[in-house]
Amino acid sequence: MLNGKPLVSIVSAGMSKFQKHEGLLAREIFTLAAQEAFRRCPNLEPKRDIKTMFIGHMGEAYEHQGHMGAIIADWTGLLGIPATRCEAACGSSGAALRAGIYAVMSGLADVVMVGGVEKMTNRTTAEVTEYLAMASDYPFEQYHGITFPGLFALMAARHMHDYGTKEEHFAMAAVKNHYNASLNPKAHMQKEITLETVMQSRYVAWPLKLYDCSLVTDGASCIVLTKPELAAKYTDNPVHIVGSGQASDSIGLYERKTFTSLLSTKTAAKTAYEMAQLSPQDIDLAEVHDCFTSAELVAYEDLGFCKPGESGKLLENNQTRIDGCIAVNTSGGLKAKGHPVGATGTAQAYEIYLQLTGQAERRQVKDAKIGLTHNVGGSGATAAVHIYRSAQ
Amino acid sequence: MTMPNNPQEPFSIEQFYKFLSQGKLMAGKCLKCGKIHLPPRPLCNNCYDTQFEWTPITNKGTLLTYTVIHIAPTQFQNLTPYAIGIIELDNDLKIPGIIQDLPIEQLQIGMTLTIVAVSDCNTPPPQTWPQWSKYCLKP
Repeated sequence: MLNGKPLVSIVSAGMSKFQKHEGLLAREIFTLAAQEAFRRCPNLEPKRDIKTMFIGHMGEAYEHQGHMGAIIADWTGLLGIPATRCEAACGSSGAALRAGIYAVMSGLADVVMVGGVEKMTNRTTAEVTEYLAMASDYPFEQYHGITFPGLFALMAARHMHDYGTKEEHFAMAAVKNHYNASLNPKAHMQKEITLETVMQSRYVAWPLKLYDCSLVTDGASCIVLTKPELAAKYTDNPVHIVGSGQASDSIGLYERKTFTSLLSTKTAAKTAYEMAQLSPQDIDLAEVHDCFTSAELVAYEDLGFCKPGESGKLLENNQTRIDGCIAVNTSGGLKAKGHPVGATGTAQAYEIYLQLTGQAERRQVKDAKIGLTHNVGGSGATAAVHIYRSAQ
Repeated sequence: MTMPNNPQEPFSIEQFYKFLSQGKLMAGKCLKCGKIHLPPRPLCNNCYDTQFEWTPITNKGTLLTYTVIHIAPTQFQNLTPYAIGIIELDNDLKIPGIIQDLPIEQLQIGMTLTIVAVSDCNTPPPQTWPQWSKYCLKP
């Protein structure tokens, strides 16, 4: 048992702005994240210290480019090290983070870079819809015209039926996350929105509307991990990862026992909480996987922030705002910061790193000590949950 | 002594669609542990046995949830808006599909729908593998 002991320590982190990076390839966007991570940590000599790299990247289709691990090693000046692409759809870099933890804890690599990247805005909406659907089951979902928003809509509709959740509750998550994004200079969306804007936007897949959907964007993110006992060599303000859980579930939504909860999230969370010797009440802030607003509500329930069916109430009472009892998606979330799918998992870790080292500026959560990230692949066939503790 | 699997009817997703095109909704039943697989699979994920028999499934089910797709991938764009549902069959088996011949405003969780093999769901037949048949959910 690890009993809350640090598994690894984060000594640096970087993230590109999430936006349309006109004319830039994924590899070029990643250099923006890597530069920041190198600059933040003067004691880190990348070529000397970084021994392994895991890169989350979902789709070859966007740039007609696979094999992203080696490419990123090259573009970050680390050619020669083992560099592997991790793919778990939208959960790719959450899985890369988990792989990085394996690498450090195994003793095979003292310092590891994990990150993720996706270039999406060079494609039309129809193409992106088609590529994202590849994260779902081909023979029974994609084959019959079930889109990715459609799968989350199927879950949202059942949540409304079982618990009386309203479309307005979903809209509240959008309003909150857009507000948070307006405080985050790296977020794609920089403007607050009103509940009416969300409610009046057109349906993508009923009951989900345009403003319930996360943003198609371009972006990259990375963090640098090391053994806890080596962290002081690099920084006097590290963040420790004290819990790590990842789980799989059936690729087809239709095969699952329930549509109002993700078993993969619950399993990954249970593992992470037990490893960290912490409970949901201990979490000060969380970055959860709000690929759709309804998914943020389900995440509250699956992560234990409230009872099943009570997520709408949590939003009604403003309890997940930056000044609430548990701040959720202070970065703006996938919804408003943007969701360059392969980059999302480590972008969540980047936000927690900033918050727990007191560098989140206008969106800083007061006295933040314990953070959590929740990254989902597909409609829930993968989930990774990580728990972080400030070293201060 | 059980009969060996018929190599002409492998427990594959392709064979599931072949049966469906003949109007038969069939699942694979593990001869060792009895687990019924929809879709069928060649290795039982419960007991790891590889011997199965085809078992017919009633083609009527209860609508568990639904959505209406407005933004679709290229090959489905001519159908929008279209409804998608997941129905529950016997033995806790579930299957998703496009709902047809039912006005969207009449959709209701709990209603009964039937799986119907269709030769034409208004989508062009695929030019490459897989060229499976299509089915729809109808009232």
